[in-house]
Amino acid sequence: MTEINKLFSKKLSVINMGLESFHKDLKQQNVQSMHVNWRPPTEASIKLSVLEDENISEKIESANKEALKRLLAAEPIIVGIGTAGTHIPGMTKKTILHAGPPIAWEEMSEPLRGAIVGGLIYEKLVSNEEEGRKLAASGEIIFDSCHHHSTVGPMAGVVTNSMPVWILQNKAFGNFAYCTLNEGLGKVLRFGAFSPEVIDRLNWMERVLAPVLKEAMEIKVSIDLKTIIAQSLQMGDEGHNRNKAGTSLLFRELAPCIVKTKYSNEEKAQVLTFIDKNDHFFLNVSMPACKCSLDPLRDIPNSTVVYTMSRNGTNFGIRVSGTGDEWFTAPCELVNGLYFPGFEESDANPDIGDSCITETAGIGGFAMATAPAIVQFVGGTPKDAINYTTSMYEITCAENKTFKIPNINFRGTPTGIDLRKVIETRILPVINTGIACNRAGVGQVGAGIVHPPMKCFEDALTSFIKKTVE
Amino acid sequence: MNLCVDIRKNTYYDSVALMLITKEIKKMPKVKDVIVGMGTELNKELTENLGLSNDAIKGLTPNDFFIAVASDEENTLKTIVKKVDELLNTKTDYDDSALEYKPTTLNAAVKHFQEANMAVISLPGKYAAYEAKKALNNNLHVMLFSDNVTVEEEIELKEIGRDKGLLVMGPDCGTAIINGVPLCFANVVRHGNIGIVGASGTGTQEITVIIDKLGGGVSQVIGTGGRDLKSEVGGIMMLEGFKALIDDEETKVIVLISKPPAPEVAEKILNMVKTTDKPVIASFIGGDRCEIEKHGAYSSVNLEDAARKAVLLSEGKKIDDFTDFTLAEEEIEEIVQEECKKFSSDQKYLRALYTGGTLADEAMKMLGKEGYRINSNIPLSPELKLKDIHKSVEHTCIDLGDDDFTVGKPHPMIDPVGRVERLPKEALDDEVAIVLMDFVLGFGSNIDPAGEMLEAIKDAKKTMEDKNKYLCVIGYVCGTEGDPQNYKEQSEKLESAGVILMPSNAQAVKLSSLILRRLNKL
Repeated sequence: MTEINKLFSKKLSVINMGLESFHKDLKQQNVQSMHVNWRPPTEASIKLSVLEDENISEKIESANKEALKRLLAAEPIIVGIGTAGTHIPGMTKKTILHAGPPIAWEEMSEPLRGAIVGGLIYEKLVSNEEEGRKLAASGEIIFDSCHHHSTVGPMAGVVTNSMPVWILQNKAFGNFAYCTLNEGLGKVLRFGAFSPEVIDRLNWMERVLAPVLKEAMEIKVSIDLKTIIAQSLQMGDEGHNRNKAGTSLLFRELAPCIVKTKYSNEEKAQVLTFIDKNDHFFLNVSMPACKCSLDPLRDIPNSTVVYTMSRNGTNFGIRVSGTGDEWFTAPCELVNGLYFPGFEESDANPDIGDSCITETAGIGGFAMATAPAIVQFVGGTPKDAINYTTSMYEITCAENKTFKIPNINFRGTPTGIDLRKVIETRILPVINTGIACNRAGVGQVGAGIVHPPMKCFEDALTSFIKKTVE
Repeated sequence: MNLCVDIRKNTYYDSVALMLITKEIKKMPKVKDVIVGMGTELNKELTENLGLSNDAIKGLTPNDFFIAVASDEENTLKTIVKKVDELLNTKTDYDDSALEYKPTTLNAAVKHFQEANMAVISLPGKYAAYEAKKALNNNLHVMLFSDNVTVEEEIELKEIGRDKGLLVMGPDCGTAIINGVPLCFANVVRHGNIGIVGASGTGTQEITVIIDKLGGGVSQVIGTGGRDLKSEVGGIMMLEGFKALIDDEETKVIVLISKPPAPEVAEKILNMVKTTDKPVIASFIGGDRCEIEKHGAYSSVNLEDAARKAVLLSEGKKIDDFTDFTLAEEEIEEIVQEECKKFSSDQKYLRALYTGGTLADEAMKMLGKEGYRINSNIPLSPELKLKDIHKSVEHTCIDLGDDDFTVGKPHPMIDPVGRVERLPKEALDDEVAIVLMDFVLGFGSNIDPAGEMLEAIKDAKKTMEDKNKYLCVIGYVCGTEGDPQNYKEQSEKLESAGVILMPSNAQAVKLSSLILRRLNKL
């Protein structure tokens, strides 16, 4: 029997491309139909054909396979607490690391400048804002991207010499990653605040929190983060903007060891209370966990997997495995989200922070289906949350073997952004994020969803083609 | 007058949806000129022409959405943007389609929806073939509604389809009914044992609708697109569809619908008639009757006749040519006499305004045979081509669905605005006597084609009346009781406005011809 005659005996099931009314007509007749949200090809998507040549596409496929093998094999663990100046490679007293791609003081947005002023005050290099701005602009301070130093930082991501840091290691590859300790919500340095209360808290963290955690980690030896992230995803976290479960799980790991340290009960109680009261405490370990998992992908020739996404409040930057250290940047977008009472869109700074390293590793916005509570930031429904995750499968290479989402049949989270697929489908990675105020010193004003600019991917494609084909 | 512009980069909406929205917005008070569209070259040119362009609009790409409006009121843009968003986000009651997952590529859709077996493609022509090819490579049958696909692409697609045993219905295929499901522009027709392969959309709609009226039903209705039977394409899909119907147990009678095919293609198709015992009606409108019958197929004099023969054959009855009226001769005579009384002496011309191309074609062929010279945008012979398609002369028959009228606009069966605007112009011509119109129902079509025309019909009649003349409006509603528009209501609306309705296009044309004969003394 021919295929046509076979069709006559089957139920008609339609994929509709073009006029949506044809799809609606079919639905009205209870015919199974799926409408494709088709978009016309762009200049970039036409360029993709260069990579479709069998020779080249085979090379890309095998390079991407290698990239995903490395990413999925990663075993991030916490190994201890250190100090930026001592542990982070290339750190000096006058170095300040920041989130996102490299940027000069003149081009920085206000929350980043505010955090830098705060950092300088904290380091006692200056005593007030005016002096801070002067010193920062003088050229005496070396600014560099956290990402260039195996480090990541949420929001402004400012790291100065004396700050205590989490030390993480990717056991499978031996590489390290670093991140400061999370300060909590409200007026905090990472949102550009630098008032005395902010500096006081940073001092307490250096004086009490870090030493207690350091000794606790020495007792504990190491904490396996892959398992904790996997569990937290099954408990309603997505590992970026919702970290309640992760924080609780980390608390359970740390608490007995904190109790065993030599510090006073008062200090131990302060530390335990601080962790307990800060829902985002876990973010500063989930981020470096993703960072040390992705760093081994840094230079795999011919791979189109994105291994960095990051923003500094002015520009969004991505890096691609096959193009090594090269940044592809474009101006950040504004976040679409919900504002805290008293704030509105005009208070918002464009997108900022290294935290979208989580999405790069396949959690955060990519795992939204497992954290439906998050989708309310954009007025969505649980079904929207599932749709966000579903759409991310279209731009990724694989499904995570460890991070599973219960309510979509324990499917692994969409993992390993393929530059080609972003260009082809014009679906941009979805990022869950906080919104910083556009004035230094104010702090967080809301949270929501944001996408990288398409230009980053288009430029990356151009460079990739140059490197791979020409 | 100020120009107000709202731009959303990288936000894509379907162009037809936007055009319908533009139309809605134009109805709003205080809005003079407005364009809601994507930044295509065409739209940019339109804005330029309407004085709605600025540098921001000039820099847009086809992926950027914009609203441009001229108004002297400050709040207009705000109101319009709100209304546009409302229209873009209209949610239908019957499902939660807003929540449905909509992938952005065919490959992703195939992955998500593995039971899919048919792709319905109505994308702009220059992208359609590429997507259709992908669909075939995914082993999907294809209904390719899009036009502006090159003949080379059509041949390539149909060859792939033939080699894989898959349907490639189109390009420019408007109508199909597969497994009882009407696709694109098709009517709700009773299920039965008549199988159809049609190269013309409205021709197929007309035949299926009349089959339904006569109590018959269809097994499968396969479309091929209008170019299939030209020598370049060689009738690939007509042959494949024909074969499938021969092998289909449910199908007892087969109807093939096309304009006269290229001789060598006709030969191939008619040779296949010999391979089956099933009766085959070759409705090659205006084709060589002897040739058809020589090969053992039945011919037909018009679309209605083909439908009627199919139903009779499916019931095992004897057939003859049908060129009569459903009504008794005396009743028709009475109508003709009544109408003829009302004209003034200089009224003598017909203006046929069709939305269905094959129906227009049928009308011209029938009237041509009677000796009328029918001017048209799709004339039967080149000397009858209208110099200005927007201006009728003497007897004129217009296919408003032809490319001449539809570039950058929805088809008049979806949005009859072109005809609504055309009708008053006809009523300005003192010598016009009859306006003939089709109203095509079914899925795909406008949800109220009669209602859309109603005011224009009343106004046109009034215009003539004011000049002490009379405008006779003859109509045909191509639809079934099962169609979503409500056939009965549509007919009643038209009749209430004084439209004389006939039960088929052929009969509507014939009635027009009877009246014209008295006015023109042919």
